[in-house]
Amino acid sequence: MVPGTHYLALAAFLFAIGFAGVLVKKNAIIVFMCIELMLNAANLTFIAFARQSGSMSGQAIAFFVIAVAAAEAAVGLAIVIAVYRTRGTISVDEVEALRDR
Amino acid sequence: MGASAETVLFWIFAVPLIASAAGVVAARNPVHAAMSLVSAFFWLAGIYVLLTAHLLAFVQVIVYAGAIMVLFLFVVMLLSLTDAELGLEKLSALKWVGVVGAAGMLVLVVSALAQSGPRAMRAVGADFGTVRAVGRILFTQYLLPFEATSVLLLVAIVGAVVVAKEKI
Repeated sequence: MVPGTHYLALAAFLFAIGFAGVLVKKNAIIVFMCIELMLNAANLTFIAFARQSGSMSGQAIAFFVIAVAAAEAAVGLAIVIAVYRTRGTISVDEVEALRDR
Repeated sequence: MGASAETVLFWIFAVPLIASAAGVVAARNPVHAAMSLVSAFFWLAGIYVLLTAHLLAFVQVIVYAGAIMVLFLFVVMLLSLTDAELGLEKLSALKWVGVVGAAGMLVLVVSALAQSGPRAMRAVGADFGTVRAVGRILFTQYLLPFEATSVLLLVAIVGAVVVAKEKI
């Protein structure tokens, strides 16, 4: 039997990779993909704890996380298209209208 | 399933999962990143099956690898970015700080996990994680969040159309 720690460590690796991607990548679409990776890592943690405790509530929450991720992707990618249309770029370094200087 | 077979399957799913997740970050072309992400979602679905979350493994493949990734690929296609627009991913000093921060967070979480000791898995019944069992809990205990999710999806549909529309 694989101990739950393995699954939680795997989720931590997945989250760290997604987190590094969000901080390092410039392309807004790839930044969104890395956010999806982080959401999946959170889901894996929920499901690992659900399996460990023998309760299915964690799986129900993971189901809702997937639904919220779908909504987030739809609205987020619409924002990416709107930004590309108005500014002609999707580099997160060049979209800086709200930056404090 | 034997204990050793489960361990072997865990590593068979976990190693490609981490490799394809790293591929998402390493890829310069968004289409390659999307393909790596689809691969990562499939390996993660395998991990979900190991955790006896059968319904979620299927939802993962259908919703994530199917619907959400098609959405990503459509946006990549619509924007049709040239290499010049994509630009080179130059690692400035601030980005190295980001990499170090992510690595530090990983070390923190993994060391906390190592200190918390082994977590033995509880034996579960045959219907754990099946469509019937999870569906029953979704429609009884989690009925209100379930219905709220439908409102959320409606808001997301309207919001996406309003934001992406050229003239409102």
